Amino acid sequence: MALREEGIDRSFVPGIADPAQVTAARRSASGWIGRVVFGLVLIAFSVLFVFPLVWLLAASLKPGAEVFSSSLIGSQIQVSNYTRLLDLVPQFGSWFLNSVIVSGLAAVTVTLSSALVAFGFAYFRFPYRNVVFGFVLATMMLPGAVTMIPTFLIWKSLGFYNTLVPLWAGNLFASAFYIFMLRQFFLGLPRDLFEAARVDGASYFRMWRSIALPLTKAALIVVFIFELRASWTDLVKPLIFLRDVDLFTLPRGLLSIIASSSITGEGHFELLMAAAVITTIPMLILFFLGQRYFVEGIATTGSKG
Amino acid sequence: MSAVPATTTRQHWWSSPSARREVRWALFFLSPWIIGFFVFTAGPMLWSLFISFTSYDPFKGTAPWVGTDNYARLLADPSAQLALRNTIFFTMLHVPGQVIVGLFLALLLTRVGRGAGIFRTIFYLPNVTPAVAIGALFLMILSANGLLNQGLEAVGLNTPYWLTDPNWVMPAIVIMSLWTLGATVIILFAALRNVPIEMYEAARIDGANAWQQFRNITVPFISGPLFFVIVVNLIASLQIFSEVWAMFQGRPSAGPSAQRASLLYVPYLFQKAFQDFQMGYASALAWALFVIVLVVTLVQLWLSKRWVYYENG
Repeated sequence: MALREEGIDRSFVPGIADPAQVTAARRSASGWIGRVVFGLVLIAFSVLFVFPLVWLLAASLKPGAEVFSSSLIGSQIQVSNYTRLLDLVPQFGSWFLNSVIVSGLAAVTVTLSSALVAFGFAYFRFPYRNVVFGFVLATMMLPGAVTMIPTFLIWKSLGFYNTLVPLWAGNLFASAFYIFMLRQFFLGLPRDLFEAARVDGASYFRMWRSIALPLTKAALIVVFIFELRASWTDLVKPLIFLRDVDLFTLPRGLLSIIASSSITGEGHFELLMAAAVITTIPMLILFFLGQRYFVEGIATTGSKG
Repeated sequence: MSAVPATTTRQHWWSSPSARREVRWALFFLSPWIIGFFVFTAGPMLWSLFISFTSYDPFKGTAPWVGTDNYARLLADPSAQLALRNTIFFTMLHVPGQVIVGLFLALLLTRVGRGAGIFRTIFYLPNVTPAVAIGALFLMILSANGLLNQGLEAVGLNTPYWLTDPNWVMPAIVIMSLWTLGATVIILFAALRNVPIEMYEAARIDGANAWQQFRNITVPFISGPLFFVIVVNLIASLQIFSEVWAMFQGRPSAGPSAQRASLLYVPYLFQKAFQDFQMGYASALAWALFVIVLVVTLVQLWLSKRWVYYENG
C-alpha cells in the first residue's frame, strides 16, 4: 500500500520482485517435484493395499513348490489347484451354499426388522422415546463377549445347536447400528407425505411399507450390503454353534483348512490360498457392485456418529 | 401467581385415545428391538453376571455358587494378565497407527482431485476381505520366507521369524491389523472434504504455514469424525479375535510358544468358555472386559468435551 501511495510501480523497480510472483514461481518449481513425490507416495500405498490380494490370487494358481517364489507367475498356471481343493475337501460346495443361505437370510431379516424399529423411533411420539433410544445406542458399546456365553446357552436350549439358525435368526430382532442409521434417513422424509396417506386411510404399517421403505431404498441397500458382508465374513458364530463339517460356512471351513494336517500340514499352501480366494471373491464382487453404497454408508455413519 | 387452578390433575399428552393408538402402534414397530433387547441383551447380561459368580458346568447344567472366586482367580491368573498386556500392547500400536496412517492417506486423497474415488476403493479392498482369509494370507506373507521377509532382505534388513519367535508375533499381528484401514480413510476423507476452503485461503493470507493450517483449521474441523474413528478403533482393537485366532490359537501347528506369545483377551476368553468349558470364569473375564470398555469409552467421552470442536456450538 505504501509503495503505491508513493507512486512507484514495483514491477519496474529492479531488485524488488513482486512477492506474489516469487512464491508462485517457487511453488511451480517445487510443485513439479512435489507432484512426482506425491504420485509416488500414493502409488506406493496403493501397491501396499492391493498387492497382497494380487499375490493371494497368484499363489492360488502356482504349483505348490513355488508358492513362496518371488515371481508372481509360476512355471505354469495351475487352475487345477481349485479342482484339487474340491477333491480334497468335498464339503467345500456345501460351505459355499451355507454361507450364501446364512448371509442372505441375515441381511434380509436385519434390514426389515431394523427398518421397522427405526421407523418406530422416527415417526411415532411415545413416552420416554429418547430414553429408549438411548438404550439402543448404549447396546452398541456392549462387547459381544459379554452376551456370547448366555446367547450360546439360549440357542442350545432351544435345540438349535449345530444348525444354521443361530447364525442369522438373531437378526430378526434388529440391530442397534442399523436402527441408528435408518432412523436418520426416516427423519429426513417430509412428514406431510405421511399425513396425506393417513387422510386417505392408510394404516401405519402401510405407510411404512409403501411410503417410507421405497423412499429410503438407498439406505436400505447400504444396510443390506453391510450385513451381507458382516455375516459372510463372521467366524465367531459358526465357531460357537456348528459342530458338523457339512454345516460350516466358508470362514469356518477355511479355518479348518488352516488347521488341517492333510492340506496345510502337508505344505499344500496353494490349496489354502485357493480356498481363501473362493472365500474372498464374493465380497470383492459385492464391493465393486455396491461401492457407492459402501462409501456412502461408512462416510455418513462416521460424520453422524 | 399461576393462572392454572390447583385442582386440575396433570394430564399426559398420551392419555387421549388417538395418542394411545399411536403409542400402541409404536410398540408394534419397536417390538423386534424390545424382544431382542430382553432376550439377547439384557437377559444374557444378567445371566452372564450370575454365571460369573458360579462354577457353571454346561454339561451337567449345574451352577454351584462360588462367590467372587472367579474374579479373584482373574487377578491372579498369569495367562489373563498376559492376554491383557498383549491386548494393551496391540491397542497402543494399532489405534495410533490406524489414525495417523489413515489421516495421512485421507489428506493425500484430498489432493488427488477427480481420481480420488479409485484410490479410496483401493484402500478399502482389505476391509471387504474376510478376517479368516486375511489370517490365511498373512500366514503366507509373514512366514519365514514370505513376502515381507523377501522385501526386508532386498533392502538389507534382518528377517525375523514373525510367526514363531515370541518376540515378533505381536508386532506381526499389528502389521496385519494395519492392512485394513480403509474405513478410517473413508470417514476422515469425507470429513476433510467438509472443511470450508475459505478458511485455508484466509489463513494463507495471514501467513500461516502448512503445519499451522493443519493444526489450527483441519484438526479442529474434523475433530468430531476423528474422535469417532479413535473410539471405534479403540473398542474394536480391545476385542480383536478372528484374524488372530486363525493365525495362532485356532491353528495347532502354530506351536505352544507362539500361541502363548500371541494370546489376546477375547481369544483367551473364548478358550476358557468353549474349549475348557469354564463358563463361570469366562463370564468373569467377559465382565472385566465390559468394565474396561466402559471406562475407556467414558474417558474418551470426557476427553472429547475438551478437544472436540462442534461447529454448532
